[in-house]
Amino acid sequence: MRQTLWPYTLAGIVLFFGTWQGVVSIGLVSSFILPSPLDVIERLWTMSERPFAGFLLYEHVLSSFLRFFYGFALAVVIGVPLGLMMGRFRLFEEIVTPLFEAYRYVAPLAWVPFAALWFGTGIGGPIMVIFAGAFAPCVVNAYRGARLVDRHLIEAAQTHGAGEFRIAREVLLPGALPSIVAGLRVAAGLGWQSLIGAELIVVSSGIGYVMVQGQSNLSPSTVVAAMIVIGLVGLVIDWILRAAEARVRTKWSRT
Amino acid sequence: MAADATPARRTAGRWASRSVLVGSLTVATLLGLWFVLTSLTGVIDPNRFPSPAQFVAALQQIATAGYAGGTLVEQILQSLWLVVTGFLVAIAVGVPLGFAMGYDRRIEAFVNPIFLLLRPIPPLAWIPLAIVWLGISDAAKIMVIFVSAFVPSVINTFTGVRGVNPTLIEAARVHGAGRGRLLREVYLPDALPMIFTGLRLSLQASWTTLVAAELVGAFLGLGRVLSTAYRDINTAMILVAMVTIAIMGALTMQLLVALERRVIRWRTL
Repeated sequence: MRQTLWPYTLAGIVLFFGTWQGVVSIGLVSSFILPSPLDVIERLWTMSERPFAGFLLYEHVLSSFLRFFYGFALAVVIGVPLGLMMGRFRLFEEIVTPLFEAYRYVAPLAWVPFAALWFGTGIGGPIMVIFAGAFAPCVVNAYRGARLVDRHLIEAAQTHGAGEFRIAREVLLPGALPSIVAGLRVAAGLGWQSLIGAELIVVSSGIGYVMVQGQSNLSPSTVVAAMIVIGLVGLVIDWILRAAEARVRTKWSRT
Repeated sequence: MAADATPARRTAGRWASRSVLVGSLTVATLLGLWFVLTSLTGVIDPNRFPSPAQFVAALQQIATAGYAGGTLVEQILQSLWLVVTGFLVAIAVGVPLGFAMGYDRRIEAFVNPIFLLLRPIPPLAWIPLAIVWLGISDAAKIMVIFVSAFVPSVINTFTGVRGVNPTLIEAARVHGAGRGRLLREVYLPDALPMIFTGLRLSLQASWTTLVAAELVGAFLGLGRVLSTAYRDINTAMILVAMVTIAIMGALTMQLLVALERRVIRWRTL
């Protein structure tokens, strides 16, 4: 007995946008407080045609995305090998664990002051903050994945004379890959969110900065428009990684 | 439980004590290295990273004389009050909502699209809107913490309730359990582990968001200490604030885990 559920879904959406547009149209809430959905769409349109805070909308998005990409890539390149090594060597795990646990409790945004002092507020500082946000899931999932690899496979590779590097590349990494890719999705979400935080505090370009400018110009339509763009970019990033995850899954189940 | 000290357990115990030893050695080495690189040789500029002596001095300063508008205890209490309030309000709304969504597919169908629309927006992106609405007040920060803690508590409660074994539900129904008993004695206990997973994620998100919100603008609190120390290029105070935030995060998390252990005792068999 399947229930028909779509009327409820429709009702939810209509009620949400209807109330939103309604309270503003009636004048219950001033548009200086809450912009109507139509205001936001119009604002998005103007921002993509005329520069706001120095750049066109897509240029802001691009500069944010590049920062995100560098920080994320750095976290993957350092975090994944670290996690794999922790999974492979017991002593190494015991050395790193206390430091890693301490780092995990520091909120990523708490790195902003040091990041700005060490690497400046242009591109280096934000990259470090994104790194701080995305690093932990990379390490944890690579570690878990490496622990799941069958020890006999590693021993078999060893008896056939494979060195540590070959073992890492041909046994550990493939075996841990599904877990790693799952971790990358979490890491990307945290990294993207950390970037927005960093841009709110220290940076003078990017989509987070658009929000700061909108806030200080008392233009909530700009703020909400930027929020939507941020959400969309986050969705696209997640979608790409999800596709990668699905690819890895199908490839692995075949062999 | 202490009776079953099998050989496997004893080995595990020895492993644990070894890792404690290695761990403390690592920490000691790192502290030594910190001292050598800063105080002893001065390789690291104090404007980049403080020496241990500067760290202790900064800690003393904020603990007794105060910094950025308050003593350490006042700053901690301010941040703690925001996190705890935002977190509690979020779970007070989020857990029941997730529960209802998991229990009744019509409620899920009604709420889910709105949820899917709002969810991709990172909680930190709500900070500017919160400031437009509520200014640099406690309410603005509680609102942002609420947003960040709300999502994980809803999702995990929903997943937990939806994952309840249907056979159990049917069995309880057959034995004449009413809706109230069904909720209390079948759904809730079975979903509790997932609910607590959500609460842990919510708590972690609350601290992250608090730091960001206080960095953007605050009159008091640990984030305010961070931003003031950054403006003064007082690296020792930055480190003091970071360490305090980490310790507070760890302490509140331990509290939640302890609560979880008490509530779900039967799971740890």
